[in-house]
Amino acid sequence: MADLILAAPEIFLICAICVVLLTDVFLPADKTIVTYSLALLSLVGTAAMTAYFSVGETVIGFGGSFIADSAGSVLKTFAYLMVAICFLYSRDYLERAGLLRGEFFVLGLFGLLGIMVIISGHSLLTLYLGLELLSLSLYALVAFNRDSGICAEAAMKYFVLGAIASGTLLYGISFLYGVTGTVELQALGQYFREPDALSLPLLLGLTFIIVGIAFKFGAVPFHMWLPDVYQGAPTPVTLYVGSAPKIAAFALTWRVLADGLLGLHESWADMLAVLAILSLGIGSIVAIAQSNLKRMLAYSTISHVGFILMGFIAGTEDGLRASMFYTLTYVIMAAGAFGMIILLSRRGFEAENLEDFKGLNARNPWFAFVMLMIMFSMAGVPPFVGFYAKVVVLESLLATDMFWLAGSAVFFTVIGAFYYLRVVWYMYFVDPLNEESLEAATDFRVVLSVNGLALLVLGIFPGVLLNLCARVLS
Amino acid sequence: MINGILFYTFATVLVFAALGVISSRNPVHSVLFLVLSFTQSSALWLLLGAEFLAIVLVLVYVGAVMVLFLFVVMMLDVNAEQMREGFTRYLPLGLAVAFVLVVEIGYVIGFKIPGSPFSSVPEGYPADYSNIKELGAVLYTEHVYAFELAAVILLVAIVAAITLTMRKRPGLKKQKISEQVSVRREDRVRLVKVEPFKE
Repeated sequence: MADLILAAPEIFLICAICVVLLTDVFLPADKTIVTYSLALLSLVGTAAMTAYFSVGETVIGFGGSFIADSAGSVLKTFAYLMVAICFLYSRDYLERAGLLRGEFFVLGLFGLLGIMVIISGHSLLTLYLGLELLSLSLYALVAFNRDSGICAEAAMKYFVLGAIASGTLLYGISFLYGVTGTVELQALGQYFREPDALSLPLLLGLTFIIVGIAFKFGAVPFHMWLPDVYQGAPTPVTLYVGSAPKIAAFALTWRVLADGLLGLHESWADMLAVLAILSLGIGSIVAIAQSNLKRMLAYSTISHVGFILMGFIAGTEDGLRASMFYTLTYVIMAAGAFGMIILLSRRGFEAENLEDFKGLNARNPWFAFVMLMIMFSMAGVPPFVGFYAKVVVLESLLATDMFWLAGSAVFFTVIGAFYYLRVVWYMYFVDPLNEESLEAATDFRVVLSVNGLALLVLGIFPGVLLNLCARVLS
Repeated sequence: MINGILFYTFATVLVFAALGVISSRNPVHSVLFLVLSFTQSSALWLLLGAEFLAIVLVLVYVGAVMVLFLFVVMMLDVNAEQMREGFTRYLPLGLAVAFVLVVEIGYVIGFKIPGSPFSSVPEGYPADYSNIKELGAVLYTEHVYAFELAAVILLVAIVAAITLTMRKRPGLKKQKISEQVSVRREDRVRLVKVEPFKE
């Protein structure tokens, strides 16, 4: 019974999802707005449950497969926020594209449930189930626009590659279970505290697990699905895929590698270093060649993933804090960037090419400025928050004497700055292709403005979020 | 003694049924052979005292999955000859894989590796031991979280499948049952007064 209280937010959310699902079934097609409102309400309710039932100390329940801690609560709250923002941005676009169906919100909430399960998963079994729950919802969401060929192609690629990655992860877990006889992270941590616990089957299992995690993150060389999925999916879905699941990927890496398998740090740090450097390199260089903004943002995601992984490599609490800070700020930036694409899109027209942003300043100076903030933040220009996120990661690397890693990170960041600044140049110094003014609902405008301004405010006061990360992780 | 006779009877039928699956010319026969091999293996599980798994195998695989399979095979009109084209070409490879598997299984069972479950014969449970009860006790207490999550994943699969397949295509001709039922004679029949034709 005490265990059930721990999982109160999850239980509330699944009940709310069932209510939303059943309500949507009985609603006429033109009343999807009710489903939308109910979905937002369930998010608010889940957030309230999380705040009300959050415990100060760390509690492990359900026979060791569930953990409730304050870091988990913070990550979950951010996930609710990202999903809510995604729903807010999506409604208008989906309505215009004729895709406004209740299942979008239902699947989105199911995905969120998966994210929550991952965040508070404390055994490999729970983490795997959460991952499958999330992935399954994402596959369906990517294929949401059935009449589009590129959409179906993206979903097919995602599904097949994702299934292989899940299999790889499971295979690695089976190795770990075979050797240690447990899947619970606490017991695993105990096992690795003993000297010479390392063996060849364990290393094999670890490698497979890292391959699975790297795929879900989209780290090079397991990034092939990312550009196609980002480009092929309807923009609101891209926004969804690009924001909240990154929090889950961070939580997965944190729980498995930096918590359960911390004893194997020496073994996995090198593997992560290779993944991180490759991600930064490929992400920064290939993005320059992209003319499609969604594809460019996909490669930008890959390079940001490189940075998030770098925080883990240090293996210190500072590094973990840096990773968490980077993840949280990155999802805000990603949500803003895809929100801008949605803003510029109209009926039957997808503003996904870089050219569509030409002369945005002449059409709408305020939103051009919002996009400027997002791009500067992604590139890592002070005083925006992206700059501090990069700084704390580099600091954690320098503190553990990993100079060459830090050096290459800076090098690729400078290269990557080019394509972000190119967007800014297009907006301010090139004549617009058309003079149409932007049309969008008021709530959308307000949230997008707040989203952009948050990057500036967090950049001026990075201490607030940084201290929060440090406090909940210690 | 009687156990041994039963085991070898079921095992022999199982092996021949499995051979039948891959060698019969008619795909419907293949599916029926598969049903036979499932029932045989469920009988083997019964002999091992795993009565719950044995019943589930019959209920789920024979009762549901294989019947669906049969439907699909019958509806899709699979060209069996075409599918059998590579049979002799890939036969050596298949035999090699089978040989490796047999050697591996023999290694594990025959050499009695210390620590493996085959190194000693486990003691049987008493007659009143109910493995349904034991499974349920673990499933609904220790693993209740994972169990419920698996259920949610199935729900997502249903929602996703319906979302992706049920859609209104333009120009699709559909029955409207309510309109058909509530139709009246006046809606469909028009009485026309035809003047008889005269020379």
